[in-house]
Amino acid sequence: MSGYMAGIVAILCINLIFAYAIFVTAAAGQLNLGGAGFQAIGAYAAAYASSVLMQPVWITIPAAMAITALVGFLISFPVLRTRGVYMVLATFAFAEVVAGFLLRSTTFGGAIGMVVPDHVGVPVLIACAVGVTLLVFYLMATRVGLAMRAIHDDEPVSTIMGVNVRAVQVATFTLAGALAGLSGALYAHHFSFVEAQYFNALLSIYVLLFVLIGGTQTAWGPLVGSLFFTLIPELLRVGGSWRYVVFGVAIVLMMAIRPEGIVTRQLVARLSPRNWLTRRKTVLGERHAG
Amino acid sequence: MPAEPMLRVSHVVKRFGGLTVADDVSFDVPRGAKMALIGPNGAGKTTMFNLISGVYPIDGGEISLDGQVIDALPARKRIGVGLSRSFQNIRLMPHLTVIENVMLGQHVQATSLASLLAPVGWQRGGRWRRMAEERLRQAGIDVDPDSAVSGLPYGVRKKIEVVRALMSGPRLLMLDEPAAGLNPRETAELSAFLKGIAEDGLTLLVVEHDMSFVHDLCEQTVVLNFGRLIYDGPTKGVQDDEAVREAYLGTRRVATAEGAGRAA
Repeated sequence: MSGYMAGIVAILCINLIFAYAIFVTAAAGQLNLGGAGFQAIGAYAAAYASSVLMQPVWITIPAAMAITALVGFLISFPVLRTRGVYMVLATFAFAEVVAGFLLRSTTFGGAIGMVVPDHVGVPVLIACAVGVTLLVFYLMATRVGLAMRAIHDDEPVSTIMGVNVRAVQVATFTLAGALAGLSGALYAHHFSFVEAQYFNALLSIYVLLFVLIGGTQTAWGPLVGSLFFTLIPELLRVGGSWRYVVFGVAIVLMMAIRPEGIVTRQLVARLSPRNWLTRRKTVLGERHAG
Repeated sequence: MPAEPMLRVSHVVKRFGGLTVADDVSFDVPRGAKMALIGPNGAGKTTMFNLISGVYPIDGGEISLDGQVIDALPARKRIGVGLSRSFQNIRLMPHLTVIENVMLGQHVQATSLASLLAPVGWQRGGRWRRMAEERLRQAGIDVDPDSAVSGLPYGVRKKIEVVRALMSGPRLLMLDEPAAGLNPRETAELSAFLKGIAEDGLTLLVVEHDMSFVHDLCEQTVVLNFGRLIYDGPTKGVQDDEAVREAYLGTRRVATAEGAGRAA
């Protein structure tokens, strides 16, 4: 693998895990525009544990995940008191507070950032990305996943059906924290350096876009969204600065043509081999009848 | 000593600001009964459903299910004690398929961690899915269980909502206008289906405007008007009752010249 390719694959893996973090809350109807804040905490926790506490990678990454899971759990209580655009603003404000704190904190290197001694290679990133993808696909196939999607569609009726809406929402925020922390810790260990400026508002917006453009109805959404957002700008590189214009137009078109995301449940159903076979049989049957 | 009623609504009061939407309402739904709750528009029928199912807290009185006081239970726990309901406007989850909507109705049955974390979405021949498919068949719903609910005809969606409410294994099933929008054939089918499930010991409380459906299904009726109970008795007598006729048709009152003059 060339250095260029390895770089793209690495960032794709990190983005994918990050996108799944935002997806699990979005699938249950909560929009988190504070993704960068969670990722930053994960990255800095791993960086601190590695460079200051001299801990090995197999401790720094789980520790980072535990910390961001706890932050996700705690932040869910005030955030879940808000709805819709107010929740978007509340999570956004959280990320700004985190970035501001890290920039001003001498413990975490302030604007200079931190160097992370232990390196994690691309194979580990791929393994983690595949693992997280499978985990989220599995989760969405369980009753918990069904309850999450029910909450997304109708909270009051979900409650009447016996779903503990608040518990599911808190759990998804906690899981989102852990996954965002994992993506941050992997970022820190792969690029060997963290700085607060990287975890900015644009990153939060991008990752939420991965999920919304990809689609929040199935676990395919973040996968397609991350691929789309990571690879299209690279493919458009030949166009020079115009690539941003083309990319922007592509996003607007996507939102206009597929407002519920690129991948919807109906699309998945239409593409599934089982349905394809039955439809083919029906078509053949009709031909015979005609 | 008569058996404990399945549902007892006792002196229930609910106010929204200055408006009293349930004014000292008391009635019993006997075990195994098929009871109708009727009344003119705005009488407080759906509000009564919302109070019983816990959407709103009550301001006074008591609600008990099979002897157990339930008015302090949060809404999500009431399905667990055996109370299930449908909604006036179809409230199926639009992004869930037919079978997923029905399986959501089983949520309260899946109490163990293992059943919560089993990948039911992948288990095509699994126990939960087979139970859901069986109920759909019994209700005469002949659609692809994996199709989206949003594209289905109104009558079919209405029936799916009844099936979803049944999946929790309720003792009391409350249906809010189940026959509204159905054609006569669908209404007759629904009535036959509900009679069938009532034979298994289920108690029914039904809000409905279609009086032929009510006469066909329910032996007993309670009538609400402006949040007050005005009739509680056999369905046969309801249309002859003076208070009920007055509520639906208004009173016969001739405006006098004096009254008109005062108004002007």
